[in-house]
Amino acid sequence: MRIKVNRDNCTGCRLCLQICAIEHFFEINPKKAALRIEAKFPDPGKFRPFVCTQCGKCAEVCPEDAVYQNEAGGYIVDQEKCTNCGDCVVACPVGVICQHPDLGYVIKCDFCMECTRICNTKALVEWKRKPVTAKKEA
Amino acid sequence: MNNGLAGTTLRINLSTGEIHRFPTDEELFRRWHGGRGVIAKILYDEVPRNADPLGPENIFIVNVGIMSGCYIPAGSKTEFGSISPLTNGHGDSNMGGHFGPMLKFAGYDMIIFSGVSPKPIFLYVDNDAVELRDASQYWGFGSLDCEEQLKKDLGEDFEIVTIGPAGENGVLFSCITHDFGRQAGRTGQGAVMGSKKLKAIAVRGNRSIRVHDLESLEKQVTGIIQRTKEHPNMEPWQKYGTSFFIRWSNDNAVLPAYNFQTTYYEDVGKIDGDQLIEQCLITHKACFGCWMNCGKYTKAVIEGKPVVHLEGPEYETGATCGSNLGMKDINHVAYINWMLDNLGMDSMSGGGVTAFAMECFEKKFITKEDLEGFTLKWGSVDDVEHFLDMVAHKRGIGEWFAGGSKRAAEKIGQGSEKFAMQVKGQEMSGYDGRWAPGMLLSYMTADIGAHHNRSWTITVDMAEGRESVEGRAKIVVYLQHIRPLFDTWCICRLFWGELDISPEEIVESLNHITGWEVTVDESLRTSEMIWNLTRCHYLERNRENGRLFDYPPSRSWEDKIPSGPGKGKGVTLEQVEKMLDEYYEARGWDKNGNPTREVLTDLGLDFAGDNLEKIGLLGKPTPGGIPPVRGEKYKPKAF
Repeated sequence: MRIKVNRDNCTGCRLCLQICAIEHFFEINPKKAALRIEAKFPDPGKFRPFVCTQCGKCAEVCPEDAVYQNEAGGYIVDQEKCTNCGDCVVACPVGVICQHPDLGYVIKCDFCMECTRICNTKALVEWKRKPVTAKKEA
Repeated sequence: MNNGLAGTTLRINLSTGEIHRFPTDEELFRRWHGGRGVIAKILYDEVPRNADPLGPENIFIVNVGIMSGCYIPAGSKTEFGSISPLTNGHGDSNMGGHFGPMLKFAGYDMIIFSGVSPKPIFLYVDNDAVELRDASQYWGFGSLDCEEQLKKDLGEDFEIVTIGPAGENGVLFSCITHDFGRQAGRTGQGAVMGSKKLKAIAVRGNRSIRVHDLESLEKQVTGIIQRTKEHPNMEPWQKYGTSFFIRWSNDNAVLPAYNFQTTYYEDVGKIDGDQLIEQCLITHKACFGCWMNCGKYTKAVIEGKPVVHLEGPEYETGATCGSNLGMKDINHVAYINWMLDNLGMDSMSGGGVTAFAMECFEKKFITKEDLEGFTLKWGSVDDVEHFLDMVAHKRGIGEWFAGGSKRAAEKIGQGSEKFAMQVKGQEMSGYDGRWAPGMLLSYMTADIGAHHNRSWTITVDMAEGRESVEGRAKIVVYLQHIRPLFDTWCICRLFWGELDISPEEIVESLNHITGWEVTVDESLRTSEMIWNLTRCHYLERNRENGRLFDYPPSRSWEDKIPSGPGKGKGVTLEQVEKMLDEYYEARGWDKNGNPTREVLTDLGLDFAGDNLEKIGLLGKPTPGGIPPVRGEKYKPKAF
């Protein structure tokens, strides 16, 4: 399970950020979202959404083994184990793990897909990869 | 607070540099619903009646209201208010974008500026850090250039509002700019910022907004968003934004062309929505929390000029700076839009003033000598570029036009006031009301001058009969209550008109946010209260019977539409008078256009009645009393 980004479709409305924070923290606060929108204005005049790609770098660098992989393959932060040290924030190649002064743990995407459901321009869509099948022997 | 409010109000005295924090007055917000309502009450209470709008006694208010930022469709608005230098009455103007929600995320509902700073400054807000910082290095910058520089200097995650050189120089129709193309354009709020030497406000915040019942709010709002994704208007709206209406207005004989001389533009195909999308579009752009993305971020490419980036032209600018100036290339319209944005002038008034000057040039009331050797011919982008530079910097006769078309007509004379297309000093928006009498009445009676957002009746006029004025006043009264409510709630009104989201649904959201149990009728009554208060305020400042201020320029009834589908159509002066009579009656005002004691008491505005009485402008009791409910409910068709 992954989030596919059609970056040219993003209009910068930030509904995805709002629903993400509501879903996970039950608060209206786009600074508590596990994805981000970069706005490049006035030149070239484009938005670019960044979402977790499940690369696993956060799990690799976590000194507490607080990032584990669930059954669907998503990397999830164990909030009990996380000490908010910030190593994963620095290591994340797309910059979508963040910290907030209210919280004692990092904010990371758990692939709930609410952002893809709210998006009205298909800038973010749920992408279900086809199951990997063994290559036929030549 | 668990009611959508952030909790803190800032009062900043720019003369002394003092910054004071107060708990936000919840009762004030409850009674006046936030945004425009709270602004109206504070301006009424705090600004001396003889205060110069550009002097230290005027105050400048930024208000984010209750619903802005609260996971509500298009909950993005910021309302600005001060005594308008353009109309000399209550002034308010709003913009979308991301600034208002960000101000709330930083913890503030309202900022009230008083006094005048001794030097250029900008306000820096980063959660608890609130500082007045030196803006000498930004003074003189264009609005867009200033925002770009401030983002470089402070950080990309700041939301910023700025003014341009026009605001600094006291051009009376100066605007406030945000997000590289969103404007609070009307009533000269940028001029008031400039008079206070306030170049910009930059805000960043990371706090949560607490609401009464987030579970119900989320369920309701997500439901609305999912339901309306398939609405038939969604696709054209997302593709074109308001530029869609250029062709529609031309087809329906309301598009102003050549300074409102006619309502048919033969070259509409060169400046319409299709041309904008095909030639200029860079990306679609939305305000905070909006799924309709009506914003069109574009570029204007003209040989011999730098390529410029802007947001728009939206419908109003496309009309007032396109057909109204006789432009024959969408890139030229976009370039003029960019110029007005960066110089910091309202594109509706800017277009109106330029069109007025062009007609003056055509009639030889102004000459090449007056224009520093330039001409001012219909359709010439070079002429307009030079003229706007004269106006923004008040060079030569640019100073006359910097006061708007009404004041310019007073200087020029020769009967030019007939075609200075304004009411109360503010230029008309992008609709000609000669064959849309309800629209004309809307312009005439709007509390801030000729502005379409107080009441828009084109489809009402089409449905109810464009030749007749009968019964139109009551509908205008209702629309003047429902439409400004959105400015009071600080949310966008477009989804109400375009996606059929009902006022009942919006009030339900308001109740989820606040925990109130408000009804639509109660909100409408609040809006009527605000409307009457701004009227009283206008009369107290201008000291004449209200009716005197409610007439449009005489072109509106003297000249019939000369071409296109509306050829030969137009209202008579008799119809204009009849509409005013019916309007005042529907409002519970007297024939002179002054609110009566009875209606003011009914609305809980006795204090304003007392003040009117003292200056002899309280309306005389009307025979038969006032209507028990003012206005007639009406849902205009979208288009």
